Amino acid sequence: MVTIYESKPVHETTPGLSRRELLKRGGVGALLVISGSAVISPEHAWGLETSALKPETMATLIQMARDIYPHDQVPDKYYAIAVKAHDEQAGKDPAHKDLIERGVADLDLKSGKDGYTGLGWEEQRVAVLRGIQDTPFFQAVRGGLVVGLYNQKQVWPIFGYEGESYSKGGYMARGFDDIEWL
Amino acid sequence: MAAPFDLKNDGVVVIIGSGAGGGTLGNELAQKGIDVVILEAGARHEYQDFINDEWDSFAQLAWTDKRTTSGDWRVAKDFPNLPAWIVKAVGGSTTHWAGASLRFQEHEFKTLSTYGKLEGANLLDWPMTLAELEPYYAKAEDRLGVTLTNNIPGLPGNNNFKVMKAGADKLGYKECHTGRMAINSEPRDDRNACQQTGFCFQGCKWGAKWSTLYSEIPKGEATGHLEVRPNAMAININHDASGKVTGVVYADKDGRLREQKARIVAVAGNSIESPRLLLNSASSQFPDGLANSSGQVGKNYMRHTTGSVYGIFDKPVHMYRGTTMAGIIRDEARNDPSRGFVGGYELETLSLGLPFMAAFLNPGGWGRSFTTALDHYDHMAGMWIVGEDMPREENRITLHADIKDEHGMPVADVHFDDHSNDTAMRNHAYKQGSALYEAVGATRTLPTPPYPSTHNLGTNRMSEKAADGVVNKHGQAHDIKNLFVSDGSQFTTGGAENPTLTIVSLAIRQAEYIAGQMSAKSI
Repeated sequence: MVTIYESKPVHETTPGLSRRELLKRGGVGALLVISGSAVISPEHAWGLETSALKPETMATLIQMARDIYPHDQVPDKYYAIAVKAHDEQAGKDPAHKDLIERGVADLDLKSGKDGYTGLGWEEQRVAVLRGIQDTPFFQAVRGGLVVGLYNQKQVWPIFGYEGESYSKGGYMARGFDDIEWL
Repeated sequence: MAAPFDLKNDGVVVIIGSGAGGGTLGNELAQKGIDVVILEAGARHEYQDFINDEWDSFAQLAWTDKRTTSGDWRVAKDFPNLPAWIVKAVGGSTTHWAGASLRFQEHEFKTLSTYGKLEGANLLDWPMTLAELEPYYAKAEDRLGVTLTNNIPGLPGNNNFKVMKAGADKLGYKECHTGRMAINSEPRDDRNACQQTGFCFQGCKWGAKWSTLYSEIPKGEATGHLEVRPNAMAININHDASGKVTGVVYADKDGRLREQKARIVAVAGNSIESPRLLLNSASSQFPDGLANSSGQVGKNYMRHTTGSVYGIFDKPVHMYRGTTMAGIIRDEARNDPSRGFVGGYELETLSLGLPFMAAFLNPGGWGRSFTTALDHYDHMAGMWIVGEDMPREENRITLHADIKDEHGMPVADVHFDDHSNDTAMRNHAYKQGSALYEAVGATRTLPTPPYPSTHNLGTNRMSEKAADGVVNKHGQAHDIKNLFVSDGSQFTTGGAENPTLTIVSLAIRQAEYIAGQMSAKSI
């Protein structure tokens, strides 16, 4: 079972573990850390537990998701939610698990000694992605994001999309023709 | 009360499909006292059940049964198993349609005469003229409650329309307005007025947009002469030794095969399913499929030359608020070969919600070029191109050689290659659309590729001569006099206009013809 949970700041949930140690144990860039079977965002107090995929794999998928569909105003949490289905699917389908684990391993291999998440600039990571964009692995990740990322109701307000409107009586009295700058 | 008819009742007219063609024909015949069974492949969802959510609504209404694709159209690459965005539900694609209700232009009934022979195009004149269809267009406009006809006021313009209108004025376009829409601008015919909710494509939860689901079908059912049988997937049309059709075999909701006997069969399953059914009904007497002595069944598949243009502005637009198709420019709909192509196109406002914008803006696209466009979603205005595409014999529906559906029926393969005329028209429209938005200050414009087809046309074309097509000017099969085609597949050519009004007009006309032939005992 994969869950995204709102965690307490990481030092409270893992007593005796300093931030420095955490980063040393499983640093993923400077933003996400690996602890046990979870990917944790100490800064933003959420975690993602994995059951089928390695947590490092999941952390790489989250970075890859952001590099495929980069929206600087969208927090990592929503990218994590967008890729967590791969862990669920990997639990049910060994072929999918293989596709993702091998895909990430290959991505790391192509990225040099520090792996994909060790590449500091988006530009460098995108260059690696361009090299694999026709692979089934990349297409599975990208294809899943189209719905997985953009169909999250929580991200809609970030883009200024208001969603369902019938229950509010439509936009007849709520600005369907409120444009003023023309 | 809706009348349930016995399977053995061979006096009924069986209509396959309950959309613009089938639903209208069913009600028209029922009003004349003729008993009708409509077999509808999908379920019945009343308009209160529609969902203001793009993916959830798609799961509720869309025809997602497997289809395959081939050809050079981009849809085959991006959506290989979803060539068309149409509906499997009572009401058919009239639940999903935007509501644009335009008459064909006179020359669009005479394309071969007007455009001349074009290499790679199977142009043909319709066996009827605009003048012959005009009285039925008038009836259909009244029936649908089309705005700007019958003294019905136009819809108010939303933000997306206002941007289009400002650009149209800058470009010198003369005919730009909020459209002839089958969406109530005021309550009419027991339907609410539009509340500018958006989500027209997801089924109007106010019932303000005309749909056979809540307009034609309940009226027909009230006569006691119409039964709509949902979850009934037609598989095969049977015939007797004399070559007349006698009944329709369908799979019911439990997958059991049934046969509904019939005096007359009318096929109205949209331009992919209708030829699929005729081809699948091949027999020793009709080895190439029913009504196919011309070999034209499934050929000349048209989908309109489409595409979209979105413009991004430095100030907010909120294009998704209000009527999805909220305005139109008709100046480019004329035939003016000096533009580098024959036929013309309409420009109509369009918007998608964020989830569908992500799916359709540039399918397969990724990276910042893609995402920075979506970042300005609420600063976007959008329009859709709908133009006349060239009929080509090679563009066709065939039965897949190996892949079968859950009932053992071969799935449809949809092959489409753009004609060079289609490409020239689309490029012209992209340029005009971009220029229009730039004229009102767009900082970026996005020429967006065609979506899966919503206007599927031409695969059982009408023709004067039996050798040139499948049906005559009444939609009656040249080969089988008690077999009719009642949907957009009977279009000889596609015109530049959204097809529903023409489908409805043809259905009203066809009902008169069928009733006349029945009283004369000719069929």
